[in-house]
Amino acid sequence: MNLPPFQRLVDAHWRDVARLARALAGPVDGDDVAQQAWTQAYAAYPGLTSARNLRGWLLTITHRCAMDLHRSRGRRAVPTDDVVVLAGAAAVDGPESRLIDEDLWGRVARLPERQREAVVLKYVGDLDHPAIAELLGTTPTMSRRLVSDGLKNLRESTR
Amino acid sequence: MNDTLLEQQLHTTYPGSPPLRLPTFPSADVAYVVEDTPVGRILFARNGNGALVASRYVADDEAADLVLDRLARVVSPRVIRLPTALDEARRQFDEFLAGRRHDFDLETDLVLASAFQRDVLETLARSVGYGERETYGGLARAIHRPTASRAVGAALGANPLCIVVPCHRVVGAHGSLTGYAGGVAAKEYLLGLESDTTG
Repeated sequence: MNLPPFQRLVDAHWRDVARLARALAGPVDGDDVAQQAWTQAYAAYPGLTSARNLRGWLLTITHRCAMDLHRSRGRRAVPTDDVVVLAGAAAVDGPESRLIDEDLWGRVARLPERQREAVVLKYVGDLDHPAIAELLGTTPTMSRRLVSDGLKNLRESTR
Repeated sequence: MNDTLLEQQLHTTYPGSPPLRLPTFPSADVAYVVEDTPVGRILFARNGNGALVASRYVADDEAADLVLDRLARVVSPRVIRLPTALDEARRQFDEFLAGRRHDFDLETDLVLASAFQRDVLETLARSVGYGERETYGGLARAIHRPTASRAVGAALGANPLCIVVPCHRVVGAHGSLTGYAGGVAAKEYLLGLESDTTG
């Protein structure tokens, strides 16, 4: 099995892993979840049987680490209301990037669990519905519905 | 707030303040660093046992990627950029390139060399000391393959441990500075350095 040098994965995907970890586990635990995901990925890497979709593999590990933390704490692995949630710098320039909604991630954190995961995997993980469905143990149709319900709730919670 | 803007915000922002944290790795099966030196840009790599496995001239990122691909294939895919792991090797290179060191005190492993290349390189390292020169034909005779000077040249060109295994000390039959992985100017620099500091 010819796998690329691991550092190439780090360079290409560390930002995506870090953002997904923060979006799933919150700003306090997110960085630790990302580090844990990289440690697990490093350990498992030589045993991989395919070099296809390494990004998806990394995001899957990140999702699992966030869920493990959530389970081990027996509560939502997301920031509670007393945690200050600030929007990070926008990755793109343009008129929209100046309109960052500082409360957005606080509202994402308060979404129902499955909607929150689906929305984060779709927009932060940039995953398609079949991939999201696999991570959530559901169908692409349900994934689509969770995302659209999540967006609806986010839109309504601004009012 | 319309969905397009909401989706855009979800896509481009994240909770918490920047910066995002880079992952760290305490050690690696292959640790490497790319460093600019007085003789050119060199990729240094060591294996999990701490032995130097590469000190290769890499003119650009593409050349560095080729070396890293080979290390991933031959040693382990767990290749990590870990500059601190190469501190000792870089320190000895600095001293050597400043003329303050004549021999390297480093564990090495010619894992990237073929059996023939290893024979050539080990014979060279053993028999041609600081400030000395050897010819391709002389080295071919030393490995008991007197007609193989062309293959010897190719083996030297593939030297994974440039400078540590001193392929720069091998010159043409009439003393000409023929090709060198780091360029003829680098070869000239190294030979000049060695003749200055041996007085």
